[in-house]
Amino acid sequence: MAKVLMKGNEALAEAAIMAGCKLFFGYPITPQNEIPEYLSRRLPQVDGGCYLQAESEVAAANMLYGAAGVGERVLTSSSGPGISLMSEGLSYIAGAQLPVVVVNMVRGGPGLGGILPAQSDYYQATRGLGHGDFRVLVLAPSTVQEAADLVMDAFDLADKYRSPVMVLGDGLIGQMMEPVEFKKKEKVELPPKTWAATGYKGDRERSIINSLYLDPLELEENSWRLKARYDAMGRDELRWELTNCEGDYDVLITAYGSTARICKTVIETLKKQGISVGLFRPITLFPYPYKQLRDAAQKAKTVFCVEMSTGQMLDDVKLALEGSRPTQFYGRTGGIIPTPDEIIGQIEKILKGEEVDKR
Amino acid sequence: MSKVVFKRPKALADVVTHYCPGCSHGIVHRIVAECIDELGIQERTVGVAPVGCSVLAYNYFNVDFFEASHGRAPAVATGAKRARPDLIVFAYQGDGDLASIGMAEIVHACNRGEKFTVIFINNTVYGMTGGQMAPTTMPGQVTTTSPYGRDVNQIGWPIRMCELLSSLKTDGFIARTSAHSPAEIIKTKKAIKKAFELQVANRCFTFVEVLSTCPTNWGMMPIQAQKRIEEELLPYYPLGVFKSPNGDASKS
Ligand SMILES: Cc1ncc(C[n+]2csc(CCOP(=O)(O)OP(=O)(O)O)c2C)c(N)n1
Ligand code: SF4
Ligand SMILES: [Mg+2]
Repeated sequence: MAKVLMKGNEALAEAAIMAGCKLFFGYPITPQNEIPEYLSRRLPQVDGGCYLQAESEVAAANMLYGAAGVGERVLTSSSGPGISLMSEGLSYIAGAQLPVVVVNMVRGGPGLGGILPAQSDYYQATRGLGHGDFRVLVLAPSTVQEAADLVMDAFDLADKYRSPVMVLGDGLIGQMMEPVEFKKKEKVELPPKTWAATGYKGDRERSIINSLYLDPLELEENSWRLKARYDAMGRDELRWELTNCEGDYDVLITAYGSTARICKTVIETLKKQGISVGLFRPITLFPYPYKQLRDAAQKAKTVFCVEMSTGQMLDDVKLALEGSRPTQFYGRTGGIIPTPDEIIGQIEKILKGEEVDKR
Repeated sequence: MSKVVFKRPKALADVVTHYCPGCSHGIVHRIVAECIDELGIQERTVGVAPVGCSVLAYNYFNVDFFEASHGRAPAVATGAKRARPDLIVFAYQGDGDLASIGMAEIVHACNRGEKFTVIFINNTVYGMTGGQMAPTTMPGQVTTTSPYGRDVNQIGWPIRMCELLSSLKTDGFIARTSAHSPAEIIKTKKAIKKAFELQVANRCFTFVEVLSTCPTNWGMMPIQAQKRIEEELLPYYPLGVFKSPNGDASKS
């Protein structure tokens, strides 16, 4: 298929349709509105397709629960304040082991925050999406092409693990236009959805989509079942990218999503000055490629974490390093995007043995 | 030769429910199951249980089921029905679930004209959590969180869902019945059957409110509780069809 020039949000929406997504439930919020707008045009053209603007994100997440529970592929997208409202539904979805795909085009927070790009929902996505012992697989694209590719994979991963999968972008990825190619995916073998509530005909157990376990032993069992899936994801689904890590480097940058793009410019600029800096970019944020980061850090004296937050992924970086390397952190947030020059300035300090600017 | 004149509906599971003696939940479950049998829709019916005393309804019906979060059953039913319009979907909710925490979900489902059925059990209290005040609690009614009686100057008047929902322009079937006497139970069955028939015909949103007893949290014997519906609730919550798709709303 030829490349087309598309906004990140629209590319992601088209990719969802190509992945067999039949339904979308959501509520408008900047900076992801192009996703529901695009799907409100496209889904009615799809056989069995349904676009529905919900009355709230609370309702949207529960509509996802209903649609996923009857076995269909379903998507929602939102940004910080809306994702917070979806917490309830997502916890029930995780508890009931339903596959759904959720896009969060992150904007600055807390509260109403702002509408400009940020990475301040990292904790929420990787640790605190709702109550109870559950996690979701989190994929973080850094280009429009990657956003489209990851959305397609997200539906397969959700089905494979019977779990919500989140695509964590930010306003920059969503709004930016880039050429994108919708690659036809090879079909992944997935187990049939025998658990779906599609009507009881006596040829199987009744399907009950449920997260209630009044017997504590059964509830514990369910939590360990989920945990085993997260462990399997950690074994089989880790994704990361290394840039300029073949040679030697004193500083290894870690960054994800839009920030990683900016850091690639930093690396190119420094290369011209004869300074070699490596980049470790996690693509799965949960599960996090801890070992891969630790290995990449072996050649470095310092690991430098750059985020559009006050330092959230930094926790995972430290967990990965297990104290084996010192870390430095530089963050801009609230919708401020760090410039390559700004980051270069900080790296120069690190190379001189100084502390980076604290804010 | 003897003839079977009364038996368990196929759609009702052969299990002991946890409902208290004299509670209306069991009666309404049976009615729903009879309707499913009579319409021959068991194999394509999916229920949505609420959070409330009927949270375990999924154990009591021989159909596939969802257990929804508190108040969101209409959103869950929307997702299921939109994804699989060939299914017959019903949500079963209490008054705290539907008229308090789930107010937005029920109003919007009704306004969108979602083609599923809602069975609304109004027993004027939060049964499951121990008898707290609900949005439907009667003026002066003593509950565990209105120990001096519901004060309408502080908390407003009980919400009449049928009246509220039937004010929406979208087509729908909206009726209030009661489970307090055999005659009213028969009318309840008629209304619920009508609601399912309309759904089978893919006509409109269908909603049946059933005035129900909660002897346990009312502190009454079952007979007394039935009398309370007749004497206290009926004057405030009139029975009847508030809206029907062809527009011939009639109050009985
Ligand atoms: C989000 C949330 N808030 C509160 C509760 C606690 N809770 C469980 S049942 C219930 C009230 C149910 O009352 P009603 O809907 O009237 O049903 P009934 O038990 O009377 O049939 C409440 C408040 C909950 N489960 N979830
Ligand atoms: S507490 Fe009330 S509503 Fe709940 S089962 Fe008992 S009588 Fe029924
Ligand atoms: Mg109640």
